[in-house]
Amino acid sequence: MPLLEVQSLETFYGKVAALRSVSFSVGEGQIVTLLGSNGAGKSTTLRAISGLIPTVAGKVTFCGEDITNLPAHSIVERGLVHLPEGRRIFKALSVIENLELGSYMLKDNKERQKRMDSVFERFPILGTRRKQLGGTLSGGEQQMLAIGRGLMSSPKLLLMDEPSMGIAPLIVKDITNIIKSLHSDGTTILLVEQNAKMALGLANYGYVLDNGSIVLEGDAKDLRKDEKVVKAYLGI
Amino acid sequence: MLALGGVCVFSFSEVVLQQLINGLILGSFYALVALGYSMVYGIIKLLNFAHGDIYMIGAFACLSVFGVISKEIPGLAGIGLSIAAAMVLAGIIGYLVQRVAYRPMLEAPRLSLLITAIGVSLVIYNTVMLMTNGQPLFFFSGIDNSAGFSFGNIRITYVQIFMLALSATTMLALSFFISRTMMGKAMRAIALDQDACRLMGINVNKIIGSTFIIGSMLAAIAGGMACVYYGNVQYNMGYTIGIKAFTSAVIGGIGSMPGAMLGGLLLGLLEAIGTQVMTSMGMSGSAWKDVFAFGILIVMLILRPNGLMGKTDVERM
Repeated sequence: MPLLEVQSLETFYGKVAALRSVSFSVGEGQIVTLLGSNGAGKSTTLRAISGLIPTVAGKVTFCGEDITNLPAHSIVERGLVHLPEGRRIFKALSVIENLELGSYMLKDNKERQKRMDSVFERFPILGTRRKQLGGTLSGGEQQMLAIGRGLMSSPKLLLMDEPSMGIAPLIVKDITNIIKSLHSDGTTILLVEQNAKMALGLANYGYVLDNGSIVLEGDAKDLRKDEKVVKAYLGI
Repeated sequence: MLALGGVCVFSFSEVVLQQLINGLILGSFYALVALGYSMVYGIIKLLNFAHGDIYMIGAFACLSVFGVISKEIPGLAGIGLSIAAAMVLAGIIGYLVQRVAYRPMLEAPRLSLLITAIGVSLVIYNTVMLMTNGQPLFFFSGIDNSAGFSFGNIRITYVQIFMLALSATTMLALSFFISRTMMGKAMRAIALDQDACRLMGINVNKIIGSTFIIGSMLAAIAGGMACVYYGNVQYNMGYTIGIKAFTSAVIGGIGSMPGAMLGGLLLGLLEAIGTQVMTSMGMSGSAWKDVFAFGILIVMLILRPNGLMGKTDVERM
């Protein structure tokens, strides 16, 4: 049974269909990537899964449970964590406060501290800036904070939306390494990226979205060689 | 304003000091109401025009409860208990207003929400007017409002000390709540980015509801203080203080909680000093005090629309 299964998902923006019958699945322990050009519906798919926008039809199953149209906060509670596009950290709150809010539902303060320590262990730079306001961090650090904040709710599945966006090219490699290490620690990842080269380098399996529908899928290594994908997204 | 009847010779510094005390009391009133205004604005960008009416409800509730219990529990203890009861009632009404009138409008344009707030204000205002036949009710605290300490010609009454202590404690407790507790942090986070909060497991609607409850409770404390201080309660008492609290919030920077406290205190002080200045120039000072308040509002809106402690965006891309 896959960890996440999306069946015939449909959403609308006003009267325009944004997603048309999107189906895919993410198996436990995998990195799956969702590719596609701007406006193909990648972010919309993630937003529908995590409950930020309503779905009109279709079904989302997580750990065998139907989570379609549950409120976003109770989806997080089940271990499905969405790191939104553009990081969306709280710029006027400190690093510590950002992280604490990541574990909002946790009642146990000791456990919260433990998780925070492990975030600081993973991202030592955040530890040295723990009292600073989120908005004063560099782009790469903000991305680490966004990831750390997501890790605070100990996710089973991470939905990552464009983690390399707006990050200096040199730092993109760091982000790649972070994703690798999250994966090797046992986190399943659904990765949305415009940087298809990076995404296909990381993923086991990939789907290509175009105009709100899945048009292609396959093993990442096959997609890397697929002529259509190469032409459209790898720009070689 | 406190009337300083029967006093003949004041030195200049004594006058200033006395007005500072009076201004501080008035200011702590404004600050308590302004906090609710500012919290709600910060979190859903709504100017809650019904907030002054919640203050009025708080005052009526305090008066009614005290009327029942004052025989058994007289004095400050009874007043304290009545204010606590008023806080509960105001909290419930504040929550219901939010749940029934505002929540269905949260996705609507802000102007619709604003007009809803004006509607809510009219409903509460007119309901209480009908219930009380538009007549003021009188509050007999059984405490001598003029009893207190004197330092030379400067006078500070026990009631004033009680009010200052109550509002200072309340504001300290609120500051602690906002800066240290998870719910307080969530409130600040929601003011910044609601969707990001949802993605962290924060039940945004619940936090918005709690914000209204807390804001209404603060207004009820101010309403209870008004009972004791002014000795009478009327359906229209929330109108002016609502606008004054709005002014305080704008002075401090609307949405900022330290700003609301500072703005309230400043407005109280300016009114007190301004009234004194006009009086010493031979004019009716108290008739001018609203002119000061709204004059300041206009000046602030022109010179510093973000307020004294308004958002200074910390941003680095």
